[in-house]
Amino acid sequence: MQYVRIAALGCVLWAAGASRAETVFVSLEKDNALAVVNAEGKLVNTVPVGRRPRGVALSPDAKFLYVAVSDENTIKILDSESLREVGTLPSGPDPETFALSPDGKRLYVSNEDDSEVTVLDVAAKKAVQSIKVGVEPEGVAASPDGRWLVSASETTNMLHFIDAASGQIVENVLVDPRPRAVAFTADSRQLWATSEMAGTVTVLDAETRQILHSVKLTVPGLTSDMVQPVGVLVDAQRRYAYVALGPANRVAVIDAQNYKVEQYWLVGQRVWNLAFSPDQSRLYTTNGVSNDISIIDLKDHKVLKSVAVGRLPWGVAVKP
Amino acid sequence: MSIVHYWRALSGIAGRELLRFLYQRERFVSALVRPLVWLFVFAAGFRAALGVAIMPPYETYILYEVYITPGLLGMIQLFNGMQSSLSMVYDREMGSMRILMVSPLPRWFLLCAKLLAGTLVSILQAYVFLAIAWAYEIQPPWQGYFYVAPALLLSGMMLGALGLLLSTFIRQLENFAGVMNFVIFPLFFMSTALYPLWKIKESSEILYTLAQYNPFSQAVEAIRFALYQQWNWTALAATAASFLLFIGAAILGYNPSKGMMVKKGGGGD
Repeated sequence: MQYVRIAALGCVLWAAGASRAETVFVSLEKDNALAVVNAEGKLVNTVPVGRRPRGVALSPDAKFLYVAVSDENTIKILDSESLREVGTLPSGPDPETFALSPDGKRLYVSNEDDSEVTVLDVAAKKAVQSIKVGVEPEGVAASPDGRWLVSASETTNMLHFIDAASGQIVENVLVDPRPRAVAFTADSRQLWATSEMAGTVTVLDAETRQILHSVKLTVPGLTSDMVQPVGVLVDAQRRYAYVALGPANRVAVIDAQNYKVEQYWLVGQRVWNLAFSPDQSRLYTTNGVSNDISIIDLKDHKVLKSVAVGRLPWGVAVKP
Repeated sequence: MSIVHYWRALSGIAGRELLRFLYQRERFVSALVRPLVWLFVFAAGFRAALGVAIMPPYETYILYEVYITPGLLGMIQLFNGMQSSLSMVYDREMGSMRILMVSPLPRWFLLCAKLLAGTLVSILQAYVFLAIAWAYEIQPPWQGYFYVAPALLLSGMMLGALGLLLSTFIRQLENFAGVMNFVIFPLFFMSTALYPLWKIKESSEILYTLAQYNPFSQAVEAIRFALYQQWNWTALAATAASFLLFIGAAILGYNPSKGMMVKKGGGGD
């Protein structure tokens, strides 16, 4: 009986492995297009999407894909199956990074030029609020429990903790120079923020907004100015955090329990943004200068392959 | 002459070579130290180089250490091939070759047996090196360790045959420095062992052509692809062709009535 069960489980796992069906969307800043890569890591399609696309994200039900089209000052809504445009959102000028609320009803956009975060009502396709933040807001994240919205301003070197319900800033936390990207852990208890100039990752307690830890990233053989942390992600179990290191061409793997850097994976040039596969067994990276994405196996902790996608890949989103 | 005689001669020669290898602890160590120094010292200096661009058989960016590993496997076999040619000269000087040569078995067989023995030793060295490299996080897919065996056998035979051919030209042991300067270094440096072809092409077109047609490059590429579960048929064919050429010339060279022995004044010993 035991064997039958194991065999059945094996079959299920095998089938799951074989039927990996995820689709990877990559925005190509210079090609004004969206690249579509299948689960085998093959570039299957490139769709024109508008001038200078950058941030991309999927709606929680994965039916819609949002693309920040920077030079058209809008966020486009695409049907994630047909990749046809079904609407636009008034993002304000030059949208780059944005975040969705956990329920997918609100979309928060950083407006670098106006030092604002614009809150959009997705259903009504309307801007409902503008929140004044520090100079040059870049990274933005909404906590999975819906309590917080955090915006990082690059020039003010601050993380702004905003009450998501009221849109009021509750606290500003000073961090290392040029905070770039922010990410909450799945339990919403921690916030991880990268500082591009300092080469550090700061971990904060979301409840107390206190800095818990700062991790300095140094790659052996590289000068510190090459190590510019950008994209950051923490896995669902808070086992590991992954940080893209820009021109260091590496992704740092940090043990999220003891904050020790475990490994540096070599990927393409100027690695920028990261995305998990839906089951978090893989990590995708966009490599801006080498015009490719790297696919990393998180079980074996190994870079599987790098796939050429087009010029200046920026954002990445993975559909189940 | 039955097959038993052939087998006895082969196992005798191979056994002697393996024993010699095992008893000469220094030789074993030095055969490993050389590529390891290259790996830990030379390649480490290039670690800062931000990865080698993607090229087959690699599917993603690799560190320089990963790139030169197949080249260092080739280096192990290159030195081993030359070493066994040196041991031929030694045998000739010491007179043990005479014992071998009075055997009624055909000369080509004795030479090939000697060659195979040397190659087996080099494969042994190569696997020990791969094991150390694995601990240093140079970890090709596990299947690659099986794929690489036939490639190593072929490249080892080719480089051994080259050594055998050279040994017909060397009269004395002291000439090994000449082999080093005029054979090992040019073969090794003008190959894809240290730099990929496209990189060589960027600096010099002549060097690129030389590296491309260098039999050592072909052997290294055959090993490189095999380590990543692929057969590079061009490289394998080129290596096999070089092997046939070298072994043919070596057999001729060891023929006392025709070859180089005559020119050297009557059969060496």
